[in-house]
Amino acid sequence: MSPDPEAAVTNPGAPDQDDPAVRRAQEARLRAVWAPPKGVFLRWTDTNNDAIGKWYTLAAVAMMLFAGTLALVMRAQLAIPDNDLVSASTYNQLFTLHGSTMMFLFAVPIFEAVSILILPALLGARDLPFPRLSAFGFWSFAIGGMFVAGSIFFDAAPDGGWFMYPPLATEPSQSGIGADIWMLGLSFVDVSSIAAAVELIVGVLKCRPPGMRLNLMPLYAWYVLVVAVMILFAFPPLIAGDILFELERIADWPFFDAARGGDSLLWQHLFWIFGHPEVYIIFLPSIAIFAMVVPTFSRRHLLGYPWVVLAAIGTGFLSFGLWVHHMFATGMPALSQGFFSAASEAVAIPTAVQIFTLIATVWAGELVRSTPMLFGAGALAIFVIGGLTGVMVAVAPFDWQAHDTYFIVAHLHYVLVGGAVMPLFGGLYYYWPLVTGKKLSDRLGRIAFWLMFVGFNVGFFPMHVSGLMGMPRRVYTYPAGLGIDALNLASTAGAFLFAAGVAVIVIDLCLSPRRPHSPRNPWSAGTLEWLAHPKSQEDWGVRSVPLIESRYPIWDQPAFVRNVDEGRYFLADAEEGKRELVITSVLDAKPLHVHRVATPSVKPMLAAATLGGVFIATTYHGYLIASTLAIAAFVTIVWWLWTGTSVIPEKPAKHAGLGLVLPLHATGPASSGWWAMFITMVADTVAFASLVFGYFYYWTIHAQFPPAAMPGIAGPGWRWPAVACALVGAGWLATLAARQANGRGFRAGACGALALAALATAAGGVAGLAGPWHAGLEPQAHVYAAIVWVLASWVAAHAALGTVMQIYALARGIARHTTGEHDGDLRNVTLYAHFLALQALVAFAVTGVFPALA
Amino acid sequence: MMRRDASLIATWLERAQRYRYSLWTLVAPPSIWAAHFLFCYVFAAIHCAKAGRLAGLAAIGVEIGLATVTALGLVGICAFVAWAQSRVEGDPPPHHESTDEDRVRFLGVAGLLLAGLSAVAIVFTALPAALIGDCR
Repeated sequence: MSPDPEAAVTNPGAPDQDDPAVRRAQEARLRAVWAPPKGVFLRWTDTNNDAIGKWYTLAAVAMMLFAGTLALVMRAQLAIPDNDLVSASTYNQLFTLHGSTMMFLFAVPIFEAVSILILPALLGARDLPFPRLSAFGFWSFAIGGMFVAGSIFFDAAPDGGWFMYPPLATEPSQSGIGADIWMLGLSFVDVSSIAAAVELIVGVLKCRPPGMRLNLMPLYAWYVLVVAVMILFAFPPLIAGDILFELERIADWPFFDAARGGDSLLWQHLFWIFGHPEVYIIFLPSIAIFAMVVPTFSRRHLLGYPWVVLAAIGTGFLSFGLWVHHMFATGMPALSQGFFSAASEAVAIPTAVQIFTLIATVWAGELVRSTPMLFGAGALAIFVIGGLTGVMVAVAPFDWQAHDTYFIVAHLHYVLVGGAVMPLFGGLYYYWPLVTGKKLSDRLGRIAFWLMFVGFNVGFFPMHVSGLMGMPRRVYTYPAGLGIDALNLASTAGAFLFAAGVAVIVIDLCLSPRRPHSPRNPWSAGTLEWLAHPKSQEDWGVRSVPLIESRYPIWDQPAFVRNVDEGRYFLADAEEGKRELVITSVLDAKPLHVHRVATPSVKPMLAAATLGGVFIATTYHGYLIASTLAIAAFVTIVWWLWTGTSVIPEKPAKHAGLGLVLPLHATGPASSGWWAMFITMVADTVAFASLVFGYFYYWTIHAQFPPAAMPGIAGPGWRWPAVACALVGAGWLATLAARQANGRGFRAGACGALALAALATAAGGVAGLAGPWHAGLEPQAHVYAAIVWVLASWVAAHAALGTVMQIYALARGIARHTTGEHDGDLRNVTLYAHFLALQALVAFAVTGVFPALA
Repeated sequence: MMRRDASLIATWLERAQRYRYSLWTLVAPPSIWAAHFLFCYVFAAIHCAKAGRLAGLAAIGVEIGLATVTALGLVGICAFVAWAQSRVEGDPPPHHESTDEDRVRFLGVAGLLLAGLSAVAIVFTALPAALIGDCR
């Protein structure tokens, strides 16, 4: 099916796309609708993915340069033995902030940033489904990132290593304010990661162009999907760990204090359940860039498309079975180590599959030499070395020798520089013309590559040797004569050579504005993003949303580019003055409805600023300011939702082009909002499950858990937990009833049921807290009391949020923003109620029933 | 007898091809791996935490063996369904068009590959339980 020139005959109202005047009028309307806000301040309220993606990418790259500078200071300190360039305390802050910034503020955000920037182009979409959510994520990242990274200028940076092990890091007298800055600042950044994950999953599943079935999706989109789902399962355990950690630091609840029943190893579990998948969250998007670059420069389709999908999904799953290999030295049973060792070896299979498909594609095609491919080849060489040392350290006895030495430092830098940094620079050279319309210099690119490649190997290869000779990581100096002097000097020289390469790239970027525009599709690529015009950087994205019949439509579909440009596909106009996307079905990309996305607004920025203020004020124990800002954040978010979401369209359907009539509204699972709620609640439930895991972890390490009943640590009994569960359950049933009644047009009944639901849910939350309160559980006394309080408080906080949602849905109904047909808010609240009821039930089973059985 | 067997396989093949394959079923084999992995790890960790460092592992060998056989069986079923789907007829090769058949075939091939990887990973997980003797 290609655009039918006769369509105008079958659809008499359709505009005549052959008439240039018609097309110019359409373009003028589109330009007006998608125009960015102007003005010194207002331009920062833009929400379009082009603007947000650029700012996000620049901010993440700035973080990388900052963290790289910290590394250069460290290498300067280690250049010679007994050096006194920096003190031990400063050095601790340097390596902690280097690791934390690179991982949390560069590697993960750059994935989100680049995906927000190019994913809509790859999918022939005009924007992502929730532009204001992208803006909120970016501003959260910017605020949280500056807060954490800036701490070193006040000598207040975290200094416990990037994985913040207790008891060192939980003890305020040992670790100062830095640990709080790390916990609260990065938790806030994690929230923005989850926001981006929601956005990207819905983007890939629902915003593909018509005809782009799952088997035709660009591989980058597959990787985005896998990585975003991984974020949903990896970040929540860390957030749960952060909650426990901060409660120990602020309120002395002994989660990691062995003297009162806690266990510092629980933190290591929660951290590495996040920390290992994190490595793959960083690595997979970079391979994804190559899955786009390699076919372009091999002039052929990527070989083994299903194999690459297998590898992406397989790696995503297996990477969750590796976390304990960071904990081999903690003395756990050999059998446990064996399981994780086995999974660590198994993950090499899908990783290798990806690398072999790339090599095979180059081999089978006609290679065009280019700077991006040069970075690709170098990255593969470096990554494979890191992978081989990875297979070595996955073997537990070898790991006991190498643990906490420079061998590990070498291994992880080979993996991350080969698996993420070099591919990203390759991607920079490849995608720069897409974003700016100008090519970077191939000559400077080659110089930079060789400086970086040689510098990296000179810098990091000797670390394998110094590590095996026994040099521990994270020492600020070493005595002369241990045989590691020359190795360290080489590492320092290599690091500065690598930095010189990065500097050449920065110079190349700075020269870019002075260069002429490149031709359209400068690499002669076959995928949709290269529809972009280099000169007229239109904010609307594609001129018309295309119909896809191939994985490489620009190569394979006849007259494809012309048809897109002449508006012969879908949504070629913006008659109603709205920003519109086509929402399609998950498997087959059948057009379902037209989704109107939000316009620029200051609300996301305000929400991020107030919410960020809550975290920052809490760090300094300014609880009054924190509560004020929390109220401000709450009001801003409700204002944002009330004025910008679930808007009832002015007509039920519209002509979308090619004779297709699409509804302007959808609700429930057909809508993008329902999916966003579902995905968010999956992440939320994973965090709750991590807390429940903590409860049972304590059960396994204690001979008797719950401990023998004593004043202060006697359990809440079963009655209050049961009452709480029953009340939340009643609220859930009432919400369901409200949805049914509303669907049948029984408005009064729906409103009444929602009022009842709000009452029952609120009472359920209070009843949950009444259990530990009446039992007199003292959370400072023993970890049992603390974990019961945490579970009860978690459900109570969620019940409070549920109550707010039910009242919100009630208000929407009263204000007639919700009708029998337009019930998106009510359906999303019902979905939340499902998850809340599940969590209340689990909390009841764990705190109320389990002690009776144990 | 032989013919009845052949027609039985054909019936099952046809049934498997009619099954509505989706993203959820695509991730079923690695989810089975994850469940098996977690079961083995948690079960062994609780056993060793409660029975002490010198406890033998014979007591949990049966459960881990049964879990492994069950997991492999389930992955086998997924693999059969995926294989059947990857043979749905209708379109000429190379099977990457925007058609119903090619999408079904793609999910089938990817599902079959994932089932293979999951089976290998499950065997990998079971090996330590077969090779290690006690909780030290």
